[in-house]
Amino acid sequence: MTVAVQDERAAPPDEAAIVSIRGLKTYFPIRGSFAQRLVGREAGHVKAVDDVSFDLRRGEVLGLVGESGSGKTTLGRTLLGLVQATEGSITFEGEEITGMSERELRALRRSMQIVFQDPHASLNPAMTIEQSVGHPLKIHRLVKGSEYKRRVAEALETVGLAPADQYMDKYPSDLSGGQKQRAVIARAIILNPVLLVADEPVSMLDMSVRAKILELMLNLKHEFGFTYLYITHDLATAKFFCDRIAILYLGRIVEIGPSAAIYADPKHPYTKALLKAIPEPDPRRSVPRDLPRGEIPDAARPPLGCSFHPRCPSAFEVCGWETRDLRDLLELRWAQMGEERFEAERALIGDLDALDTSSPRARIPAGKDSRGSDVLAFLDSARVESPDEPLWRGVRRMTAAGGHVEVEFHEPVTPRLLPEGNVSVECHLYDEDALREAELRRAVTVSETQRGGSPRPSDTAG
Amino acid sequence: MTGDTVVSVRDLRVYYGTRRGPVRAVDGVSLDIEAGEVLGLVGESGCGKSTLGRGILGLLPEGAVSDGEVLYGGRNLVGMSPKELRRLRGPDLGLIFQEPMTRLNPLMRIEDHFRETIKQHEPSLDDRAIRSRSLEMLSRTGIPPTRFRQYPHEFSGGMRQRIMIALALVLRPKLLVADEPTTSLDVIVEAQILSILADLRQDFGTALLLITHNLGIVAEACDRVAVMYAGEIVEEGPARDVFGEAAHPYTRELLRSTISLQTKELHSIPGAPPNLIDPPPACRFHPRCPNAMLVCSSKHPIERRLGAPRRVSCWLHGPVHEIPEDGTIPLEREQIAVAEEA
Repeated sequence: MTVAVQDERAAPPDEAAIVSIRGLKTYFPIRGSFAQRLVGREAGHVKAVDDVSFDLRRGEVLGLVGESGSGKTTLGRTLLGLVQATEGSITFEGEEITGMSERELRALRRSMQIVFQDPHASLNPAMTIEQSVGHPLKIHRLVKGSEYKRRVAEALETVGLAPADQYMDKYPSDLSGGQKQRAVIARAIILNPVLLVADEPVSMLDMSVRAKILELMLNLKHEFGFTYLYITHDLATAKFFCDRIAILYLGRIVEIGPSAAIYADPKHPYTKALLKAIPEPDPRRSVPRDLPRGEIPDAARPPLGCSFHPRCPSAFEVCGWETRDLRDLLELRWAQMGEERFEAERALIGDLDALDTSSPRARIPAGKDSRGSDVLAFLDSARVESPDEPLWRGVRRMTAAGGHVEVEFHEPVTPRLLPEGNVSVECHLYDEDALREAELRRAVTVSETQRGGSPRPSDTAG
Repeated sequence: MTGDTVVSVRDLRVYYGTRRGPVRAVDGVSLDIEAGEVLGLVGESGCGKSTLGRGILGLLPEGAVSDGEVLYGGRNLVGMSPKELRRLRGPDLGLIFQEPMTRLNPLMRIEDHFRETIKQHEPSLDDRAIRSRSLEMLSRTGIPPTRFRQYPHEFSGGMRQRIMIALALVLRPKLLVADEPTTSLDVIVEAQILSILADLRQDFGTALLLITHNLGIVAEACDRVAVMYAGEIVEEGPARDVFGEAAHPYTRELLRSTISLQTKELHSIPGAPPNLIDPPPACRFHPRCPNAMLVCSSKHPIERRLGAPRRVSCWLHGPVHEIPEDGTIPLEREQIAVAEEA
């Protein structure tokens, strides 16, 4: 499948961009056992950020939205050089910053600052507000004498902590959550940065204060022309704040585009689910029921193909079905039935852990007193009972042999971030090639079925 | 809803002793919770909503003093001995916390958590019966029976909260207090958990007191809502009515400041919730209230019924004959500095 892909990865940096990220990967090694470490073998990687590309234009607010574990915080920290990038490029005002030394980065940090989530944890309890807010001036040795105090007071008043004299000598413990977050913002802007990374700046605050902090940040942007990277799990606040939104799932951008387009017409099934799940203070609504099952998977063992496929209600043949999904499906089924029926079905199958691998071919061992043909008959009946279950579309063939059943899934196709209308989306539903490929495979499955092979109960059992 | 009152709270007060004086976290709260209903308790942090939840269950920390009545099955839980309370907890009263990981013992299998819980109250039950009761409850919360023998760390955050709910419900309590049960969870998982809670109270007739700061959750998941401010209930009624037209200015302002996808403009409440050692006199909300009148700073509001199921404590709703002359003149408020906020 080779078509011209208008991938952001290949795109030249936007002229107006102050930050350009291309093919960025941030992997963390997993510490294996003592023995593994002794022989210098690594136990694998957590792909916290996995091939991400985007531009941040001057004066723009880009929202990086995802659930916990999506890699949004790591991405922000990599951008600031607080975490080392594994691969890829980040340019800031045209200058490559991956691989920079700490000394070079420090100079750069005058232009990029961060506001953290927890205002209670981001101020040193032993420093007065004046010391905390003025600390960056000291670190960068920018001012002398009375100028120092004047700059601190100015920053405090800019963020609404006025009159500044009232706050200079206070300690963080004397301030409320909202006031602390204002002080943190004052510290972030005191060096007149170009870019502010705001990592969940309001999620620890009460509803009644969130609007005030968001308003402050918007005002600062208008007054000083800051560019923001707004990292959040909350699509509702992002709607207010952001010009563009990037939806992150398990280290990858699955949808990116102008806010208006994303909220009016979300494309990716994950974006749709996130929007539907936000509780609305409207009593005519009830808790949404048709949401994706399960939770964001372990980034150390990402699913094959599209990472969202195990939870996706619209997944089909090529989305990356694999052995583990079959286990999840069986367990979900068993969670919905009585104990007796579960025991009976469970006994048909041997060691479930045998299914705990990541491969498009599964070998399901039969139980102690059952045979492969029993397992196959069971799987076929499960399939008949839930014909809408997306996983079954991914099954290419099931064959019983002696003591086990072979389940063969369609080979995964890796999704690509492709333009769709105003946005870019990484989903096979919008990829002509993937849809065509799925069609072809469906034809193969059907003809195999007609020739008397599985997925119907087969007589190939030993 | 069956209309049977499970718990009646009457003039409950819970004070915490501090060096600077008592913190009046719950100050004269009355509430009824009925079988099979979900009552949402909302308010800003520090308004006393968690303390109220714990006060109802008799689970207060040392240094807390409570007074008033929590009537359950004809008995007052306030002042009951710890031993008697312990007997009620589980089969009668249950609690679900915010952080599921910290409430499960990392060294115990899920199976053992259930065994311990059930044995505590029904020592005669054999392993077979314990297992089938646990599995039934787990399956209702969507935990596969294959994972019964696993340890807490083998589960995700949402799964752990499902396990906590199953553990709390396995003894079929009449009242379940859920204190911010979804706050540490992602939004999709939050909706999953809320729909499980909604199903369970319908199936078991359990009364649920859902404590949350999120008005969206109350609107979607609760039958009734009680709004708490500075240790007092300022408004209570059917969720539909309260959200349709809030009677108390605090409720209205809280609703306006909630940011949701429907929000058209940002709004916030000026000022901050008061310190509960020395709360403002009369109506505690008057320093922040856009509708404050002279009377609001001099006389504590009188609770008014607005139709049978609704009540509100606000002078805007009278009674007129209790308001002194000139009492309705708008209160000149001191300018609240931006920085004075929460």
